Amino acid sequence: MSRRLRLAVFGLGAVLTGALLVIAFTGLPEFGTSHHPYGDRAVHTAVDEQKTSNAVSSVNFDQRAIDTMGEEFILFTAVIGTLVLLRELRREVEEGEVETELRRSPRGLSSTAYLTYAMLGVTTLTGLYVVAHGHLSPGGGFQGGVVLGTAIHLLYVGGGYRAIRKARPLHLYEIFDALGAGGFVVLGLAGAIVGGDLLANVLPLGALGDILSAGQVELLNALVGLEVASAVIVILARFLEQYAEVRIQGTAR
Amino acid sequence: MRMLLFCCAGWLLLIGCYGIVVSRNLIHTVICLVVCQSSTYLILLGIGYRSGGTAPVFSDTSPSTVVDPVVQALCLTDVVVSATVIALFLALALQAHKQHGTVDPDELTSLRG
Repeated sequence: MSRRLRLAVFGLGAVLTGALLVIAFTGLPEFGTSHHPYGDRAVHTAVDEQKTSNAVSSVNFDQRAIDTMGEEFILFTAVIGTLVLLRELRREVEEGEVETELRRSPRGLSSTAYLTYAMLGVTTLTGLYVVAHGHLSPGGGFQGGVVLGTAIHLLYVGGGYRAIRKARPLHLYEIFDALGAGGFVVLGLAGAIVGGDLLANVLPLGALGDILSAGQVELLNALVGLEVASAVIVILARFLEQYAEVRIQGTAR
Repeated sequence: MRMLLFCCAGWLLLIGCYGIVVSRNLIHTVICLVVCQSSTYLILLGIGYRSGGTAPVFSDTSPSTVVDPVVQALCLTDVVVSATVIALFLALALQAHKQHGTVDPDELTSLRG
């Protein structure tokens, strides 16, 4: 299909879709409306019944925790997908690591290196804080997990590929990833045995706003944090490896 | 005025699709898909907005009007799906480049085993 024809087809489709969208938008509830029946019930359940300060976390890890389980397995599947897609092909050889690093990523300034090492601690602590307070304040396992997964890559900025490779035993993170995903299911099944429903919140709820409140919400957050951090590390490791290590035989770039 | 936010979302969707149609680089295509997906954040958060509402978090304050937490939870799912889709598509783009030596979708016409 020529580019012009393709644009014409797109133009027609875009005009029609746009018209349909505008018609659909007129049927939506008014912007800023005070009528939120689901929202009101979710907030009531979160605060008054489940003692969870962060209503969003309550929806994610208590009221609709089963959806989050599916979400976690989407991420898990993506990790497996990336591992499969970026596997070593037959035509590729892995070159020696030292030589590759010298060629591809020269060492940065030592002041940059010291700054990134200092920031590594701060960033890791921030990530842990965000995970640990998922039931109290905005944040949680997904957000904190991304911060934790990114933190370790400061080593790459400061010390190059060799530094991050040394600090990152990949098989361990693959196991952590599986543990995070599996732990979610185990906790869900435990809830089913004790409470009668999959992922039923059977742990003591505590008082609203306490660090030990909201029952299973924080435990699930921690498991998700573990999984997300490991997933980020494993996926980025695969991409970094492609960049720094694998070359196609005979096509030196 | 009340339609502005929703129309912005529709515009993001269509402009993202336009980008995909005219794209000359697979990485650009992936970014355009992310633009398309951003429209869903706008729709979700727009539907959940309550005039004068704040975040539905009750740790140290007890706000009287809060926005809808259900759509915010949906948004989180949306972001996670977006991130995984980006990772997989970028991996595909990388392999396409390795196999065919190009990231221009128009030149990726041959099927090779």
